[in-house]
Amino acid sequence: MDLQEFLRMGGYAGYVWTAYGLTAVVLLMNWLGARRCEADEQASARRRSSAD
Amino acid sequence: MWTWFHKFASPPHAYRLLGNLAPWFGWPALALILLAAWWGLVKAPADYQQGDAFRILYVHAPSAWMSMFIYVAMAVAAGVGLIWRIKLAHAAAAASAPIGASFTFLALATGSIWGKPMWGTWWVWDARLTSELILLFLYLGYMALRSSFDDPQRADRASAVLAIVGVINVPIIHYSVEWWTTLHQPASVTKLDKPSIAIEMLIPLFIMIVGFQLYYGWAVSRRLRGEILRRERNATWLKEGI
Amino acid sequence: MQRTAISSAAGLVFRRDLTLAWRRWDEVAQPLIFYVVVTTLFPLATTPDLSQLREISGGVVWVAALLASLLALESLFRSDVEDGTMEQWVLSGQPLGWLLLAKVASHWVLTGLPLVIMSPVVGTALGLPFSAWGTLVLSLLLGTATLSVLGGIGAALTVGVRRGSVLLSLLVLPLAMPLLIFGSRAVGMVMDGDSPAGPLQLLAAIFFLTLSLGPLAMSAAIRISVES
Repeated sequence: MDLQEFLRMGGYAGYVWTAYGLTAVVLLMNWLGARRCEADEQASARRRSSAD
Repeated sequence: MWTWFHKFASPPHAYRLLGNLAPWFGWPALALILLAAWWGLVKAPADYQQGDAFRILYVHAPSAWMSMFIYVAMAVAAGVGLIWRIKLAHAAAAASAPIGASFTFLALATGSIWGKPMWGTWWVWDARLTSELILLFLYLGYMALRSSFDDPQRADRASAVLAIVGVINVPIIHYSVEWWTTLHQPASVTKLDKPSIAIEMLIPLFIMIVGFQLYYGWAVSRRLRGEILRRERNATWLKEGI
Repeated sequence: MQRTAISSAAGLVFRRDLTLAWRRWDEVAQPLIFYVVVTTLFPLATTPDLSQLREISGGVVWVAALLASLLALESLFRSDVEDGTMEQWVLSGQPLGWLLLAKVASHWVLTGLPLVIMSPVVGTALGLPFSAWGTLVLSLLLGTATLSVLGGIGAALTVGVRRGSVLLSLLVLPLAMPLLIFGSRAVGMVMDGDSPAGPLQLLAAIFFLTLSLGPLAMSAAIRISVES
């Protein structure tokens, strides 16, 4: 299928792209969340060990 | 074998191991998810009845699968933590919960979006969506219970009991919801199921499921590292620097 | 030192709770009043037409019973944990599950059973036909008893938590949904002229499952709450 068809999704563009978009958002947020959880704790652990 | 296990369960060792493992989960996950998305959106043919809308299946079904898988994994981890008193297992359960809850939310949202063009309404009380909704309540209850305690040990152990009670209930809930929906539709067809399709159309589905599983492996590894650091605040190995 | 037989210990617990409650009967009456009040909300919210209310009467009675039972459950273990009785029980060496079950049983007699007895009255107010009384009572008997055990697990987990009753409801309601489905559908089926045997049997099965595993979960939960 060409780009036009691809974007239009047979008329269901709104639904399909919202669904896939939401999936991307959820995956992204879990990605950021997991990284941040780890990084925050690493930062505070470093702070504590350098403070001693 | 047990020495290996106990070695793994020791926080500094687990911390290091998970750090090494994570990229081995993460990159393949990204690749497979993108592959599955492309395959599902481009390569797979449109469905005869549902047209291109059915492509939503490729994100809806794997999300639903992950929501269930993670809940069971969470309950197993919690059970291991409770019975053998392994803190790492409790940490794994805690790390998994938000990931599982987001997959549940995604399954509900994509299911709802799929339902609109197919059946004209934003919500249907069909067996799968209703079960997913109740599963979301179970996740939220678990997370709410965890956060209501200051004492981390009580939080771990109480939520573990809840998770085990929940996982035993899940088949009962599924069955009762199925039964409830079939009362008015003698031919029980889960509304948001795959249309009768050929095997080729299922390939992106399997790729996406594997991709999501690897993604879960990556995300839980990273979160678990954070959990370990938080719980081991005052431990000597940490005081010597990471 | 003479060891009390568990059956007499459990019996003592059962009788003591009933006696205590008798002196504070208003606490016992409150869930019952709540039950009637909640049931009244539905016609007010929808329609006074009994023929329409009849359609949902089984469901409404069931939901009201669920909520009223949950309301009463939060305080199930609170006073015993606070005054140290529970700690004694944990340390006593008696099988904790049985003692807790005795407590749950007395609680059910005081809160669940009155709801069950009132249910035909409340149901009739919503247009429930006489033919459905038996099924309604039987389904609620099994349902409220199961709920008491499930709620006991939740109460044991949330003992001492601030605003614990909301959390308790959040935890227990999803687990109680199968009960609601089978119970109210049984009533619906008998009103349609079908046999309610199927859902009633499923309710009984869930009850026995809960009865066998519940005390185990409750004693684990109480130990966790008390030892922290």
